[in-house]
Amino acid sequence: MSNLIQHNSNKVIIAENLTKRFGHFTAVDNISFEVSRGEIFGFLGANGAGKTTAMRMLCGLSIPTAGKGMVAGYDIETQTELVKKSIGYMSQKFSLYDDLKVWENIELFGGIYGMKDKEIKVKTDELMKVLNFENERDKLVGSLPLGFKQKLAFSVSIFHTPQVVFLDEPTGGVDPITRRQFWELIYDATSRGITVFVTTHYMDEAEYCNRVSIMVDGKIEALDSPKELKKQFNASSMDEVFHQLARKSTRVDS
Amino acid sequence: MPAIEVKNLYKNYYPYKSGKFAGIGKPAIENETNLNSPLGAEGINFNVSRGEIFGIIGPDGAGKTTLFRILTTLILADSGMAFVDGFDVVKDYKEIRKRVGYMPGKFSLYQDLTVLENLNFFATVFNTTIEENYELIKDIYQQIEPFKNRRAGKLSGGMKQKLALSCALIHKPSVLFLDEPTTGVDPVSRKEFWGMLKKLKQQGITILVSTPYMDEASLCDRIALIQDGRFLKIDTPKNIMSQYENKLWAVQSDNMYKLLLDLRSYEPSKNCFAFGDKHHVSVDSGQLTVDSLRQYLQQKEHTNIEIREIKPTIEDCFMQLSQG
Repeated sequence: MSNLIQHNSNKVIIAENLTKRFGHFTAVDNISFEVSRGEIFGFLGANGAGKTTAMRMLCGLSIPTAGKGMVAGYDIETQTELVKKSIGYMSQKFSLYDDLKVWENIELFGGIYGMKDKEIKVKTDELMKVLNFENERDKLVGSLPLGFKQKLAFSVSIFHTPQVVFLDEPTGGVDPITRRQFWELIYDATSRGITVFVTTHYMDEAEYCNRVSIMVDGKIEALDSPKELKKQFNASSMDEVFHQLARKSTRVDS
Repeated sequence: MPAIEVKNLYKNYYPYKSGKFAGIGKPAIENETNLNSPLGAEGINFNVSRGEIFGIIGPDGAGKTTLFRILTTLILADSGMAFVDGFDVVKDYKEIRKRVGYMPGKFSLYQDLTVLENLNFFATVFNTTIEENYELIKDIYQQIEPFKNRRAGKLSGGMKQKLALSCALIHKPSVLFLDEPTTGVDPVSRKEFWGMLKKLKQQGITILVSTPYMDEASLCDRIALIQDGRFLKIDTPKNIMSQYENKLWAVQSDNMYKLLLDLRSYEPSKNCFAFGDKHHVSVDSGQLTVDSLRQYLQQKEHTNIEIREIKPTIEDCFMQLSQG
């Protein structure tokens, strides 16, 4: 591990030449980047560009073929369990239990992450107030409207105050108003020092990120603030930037 | 005769696990004991003309799939009527099944069959051959033809989508039903997909397509905005945008999150949403001028303030209609 990594505690995610090969196919091809504490980092790319594979490595779920990575100060190759303890994860598929009540879901996930009963209770009360969910507390999660569920799933993913939370297309199919309320929850989380790593297919959401990386065929082809990227590509929106870059793809598998 | 005709159509999934309304239309009385009776319920109405691309646009859970399943004769409505190609979805279901192509939201081809086997299978089921209608699917199928011996389960998302579309077209349907064909698909592939639909339209096929992506609305001839089982509006995208009430301003400053909070806490500009790198403020122009808003924001210590009047997008319209 390089000195750079050891001395930089402000960097919550560090990827150095991270690579993952499946047989002859290089899904993630030598990517390097850093994400600072409290940052909203947008991770964009076309279907099949390698986003999910990269994210799985950073979450300690898949071991890199080559390269190094540190998440929350832990090595993603040798300290996967410590990595998992320090992060939150919200998958694109709704992952709370429909047949458990709202408070039961929170207690279950809080417990899995090793939180004390008392802490869970206090924080649950707090969360119900913030989300305006006090009337929903005893309802089955399956009975909630989709927008509520997504907000709850996000809140559960950061309930144990992880250093960084990974969000995989958190707003797919959500109505436009809830989609925006969701982003306000993200802003609120970062104001409390949580780092956010997010993938999305909504290009307007890319604009809400502090910095955005765009993957093409396993490589990071661009990485900067939305403002700088638009300048660099002489584009009026992130949608244009994305189209210019994704057009470079030569992978048939897109 | 319209390609699709829907009259007062109502379907309710009560008793649904949530004990709330789920389906399409509006129940007579919205409490649990009356939910399952179609008596007095209000259904939805719309027509789709031949050769039209008609979009059903709305979030998950709005009732899009329910509507598609009724029209493709897979489930029955509680009340109301619907006709596809002039045939009744209840009485003439066999006739309708011969004539429509349906691509469900969930990938439903045979994962264990190869690309070619799937296509052959669907052609055979409809008593036709790939050769007979090859012209229709040529542009789409050629993109996946190099993988024709690969099992469908091993294809990428984009290729699965193209195969599913080819299979839905192989019997040359007169009406094509596409339920969320672009959900979870990246913006570049989405654009490509809409290009394919345009070509199909030119060949005279009527297309009913649903999507949660509001930016796809402008690619349809007409759209219905749907939420909670009800249509908020049916019209051309252009007309819907021109009917936006109030003026719409795009506002920017150096601190966008603080700007959002400040706009929200000021009564005349409280109707405000983040929109990419700008915030959109819906203003009653009698109440607020650009100068007075600028002044207010300067007081709140914003720098590099930009305020510009803009034309609303379908997403702006959806938000306004769904709040009203």
